[in-house]
Amino acid sequence: MPKLETVQQLEEYRRRLLTHPDAQALQILVCGGPGCLPMGSEEVAAAFRQELKERGPAVKVLLKESGCQGWCSKAVKVMIRPQEITYQQVTPQDVPEIVAETLIQGKILDRLCYRDPADQTAKAHKSEIPFYQGQQPLVLGKMDLIDPTSLDDYLAAGGYRALQQVLEQMSPEAVIQAVGRSGLRGRGGGGFPTGRKWRLCREASGEVKYLICNGDEGDPGAFMDRAVMEGNPHAVLEGMIIGGYAIGAHQSFIYVRHEYPLAVKRLSLAIDQARQCGLLGDNILGSGFAFEVKISKGAGAFVCGEETALIRSVEGDIGEPVPRPPYPAQHGLWGKPTVINNVETWANLPEIINRGADWFAAMGTEKSKGTKVFSLVGAVNHTGLVEVPMGTTLRQIVFDLGGGIRDGGEFKAVQTGGPSGGCIPKEYLDLPVDYDSLQSVGSIMGSGGMIVMDQSSCMVDVARYFMSFLHDESCGKCTPCREGTKQILEILTEITQGRGSEEHPALMEELCATMRSASLCGLGQSAVNPVLSTLKYFREEYEAHIQQKRCPALVCRSLLKYTIDPETCTGCLACVRECPAEAIRGEAGEPQELDQELCVKCGQCYEICKFKAVKVES
Amino acid sequence: MINPEKLEAILSHYQGGSADLIPVLQDIQDENNYLPKDQLKVVAHKLQVPLTQVYSVATFFKMFSLEPKGRHQIRVCLGTACHLRGGQRLVEMVSRRLGVDIGQTTPDLQFSLETVGCLGSCAQAPLLMVDDQYFGRMSMDKVPKILKSYKNQD
Repeated sequence: MPKLETVQQLEEYRRRLLTHPDAQALQILVCGGPGCLPMGSEEVAAAFRQELKERGPAVKVLLKESGCQGWCSKAVKVMIRPQEITYQQVTPQDVPEIVAETLIQGKILDRLCYRDPADQTAKAHKSEIPFYQGQQPLVLGKMDLIDPTSLDDYLAAGGYRALQQVLEQMSPEAVIQAVGRSGLRGRGGGGFPTGRKWRLCREASGEVKYLICNGDEGDPGAFMDRAVMEGNPHAVLEGMIIGGYAIGAHQSFIYVRHEYPLAVKRLSLAIDQARQCGLLGDNILGSGFAFEVKISKGAGAFVCGEETALIRSVEGDIGEPVPRPPYPAQHGLWGKPTVINNVETWANLPEIINRGADWFAAMGTEKSKGTKVFSLVGAVNHTGLVEVPMGTTLRQIVFDLGGGIRDGGEFKAVQTGGPSGGCIPKEYLDLPVDYDSLQSVGSIMGSGGMIVMDQSSCMVDVARYFMSFLHDESCGKCTPCREGTKQILEILTEITQGRGSEEHPALMEELCATMRSASLCGLGQSAVNPVLSTLKYFREEYEAHIQQKRCPALVCRSLLKYTIDPETCTGCLACVRECPAEAIRGEAGEPQELDQELCVKCGQCYEICKFKAVKVES
Repeated sequence: MINPEKLEAILSHYQGGSADLIPVLQDIQDENNYLPKDQLKVVAHKLQVPLTQVYSVATFFKMFSLEPKGRHQIRVCLGTACHLRGGQRLVEMVSRRLGVDIGQTTPDLQFSLETVGCLGSCAQAPLLMVDDQYFGRMSMDKVPKILKSYKNQD
């Protein structure tokens, strides 16, 4: 890769990439995203590599491991370009046939295609598949096109064009104006207008300013930032360089949680590549503008997603938040004005510059512009990452894109916003999703986690789960959060163990009110949402636990009773081996008996039984 | 425990100062699988950071351990999607197989067992990770085989 010293050299280099014969070649892209990696995508890619090697140069195909292709429930995903044929649930055994039939003969293998549930017809092309229809991929757009380890791929897909335009044609002021006009709001959950934050920072006094990318995606159930950092790291860098130019910062940090080792690796590589070819460093593309990026690895603390805690952690201290104001835009890292935006926000910027602020602002609702990436998981048929215009309804996301509830189940709730969000019941399925509407029903947008629940989820257990998470992650600095999470967790535990009392709901509401108004940072203030929203919308489930000592969803252990059906039990003894309490007895080959006195209700027998002979009731 | 030269080599990558504290501790943790007490004193001295700050950072963040950890780190995900799909039962099973509680290390220093808030592969819940390797859509019957494959490696 040559050092690019001017915008013209970059344009020339891109032109050469686009006219290179490889640009027109048949490509096979194996998804290497967060959903496919645990399902063996590396083995599938290795099988293609081997097969193509054996076939020799007669088969002209370019093999790539792409970023996330979105549709995680169909892992491992494989896409063939330029036709955009999408194969699903591909295993290494399928590879020789794909090469022989599709790549060489151009035949589509129906058995690897998505089947329309209505008439069972095979849908081979991306454009025909409901999961992708209705999406508006801006942030996810290039991810299934490129190899995230290749700067050339990003450049060929139009990457760094926005930076060219900014350096060549726009003043910092014009960039801030454009970002303001686009209506972009922070995608990490806060929803603060990005343009306004940048202006505050630019106008703050002092020569030295910093910029931070918040990649501490800690919300359980959200993985869009991981997918972007791993799948399109240069888009994040490009956004950051543009941001640095606009606010007048020359040093920046990407704070990545250590649970994402691949994201750290990919970003490090991207930074090296950008530095080598002159997209980072002094005098970027001859503009005179200097900018550097450094990775700061998190060390395992959820609270560091909060901006002031994150800053303290970058400074080398424990991640305890400090009161705001002053806001980081005025008094941030080492006391200097600092802009912090999350990964998805930065990744939106190149597209806003490329396609124009007005184009961006035309999408979405009155107060929430553009698109949002959601990680759609839980009890839906199609799980994965989806990107839709703001204002798309929950019903469209869950039923049109997600294909409805799996196993023919019934929709019960969707949890948005992670531990700071709430559970939204089916009455609000037609709610257009944006920052304000979600807040109006007691949840939040958060970073975009969307966990769909069916009748097998207990809402009291869900509230207890989040409170347990937050109690564990509370930094302990302020009393309302430290003690509030502890007390509420204790009450919820009592309820789920059948020791709830009639006073408990009101007591929790009182504790929640204090936490909301008196906690130091967002963690404690919003920790009440999972509790309040379930109390509001699923009161009858709390009552079943408290009054009847019953868990209707069959989740809360203490309220369950396990038995073994003598008709179905084959006496295979799998449960006997698994039972930690030695509560199951009987002869091999004969039906087993479960001693209720000894049973600890761990459910291991229920899980391990292949014959569904273990029954559970409440 | 890593030898003094190795520690010196780690420290030589850094200029000294508070901002280097977490990266230095991360390097030592990666190298050693824990933070030996004596070395924390050296770190404090070299970086010119009070030992109290070193200790508070080392005990605040989850990735640091003052006790030796196993060669293989098993992290069972308890994110929302994994919780709903039986993550708790999964961790209990792993815990029983290894004979250690969450947060502990097997006596032969082979495995450490931990839970994690979210590993970010929610569509493949329940999930666990051994070192840098992910295992998705876990079921109880897959656990023994996975553990065995790591035991055999050594």
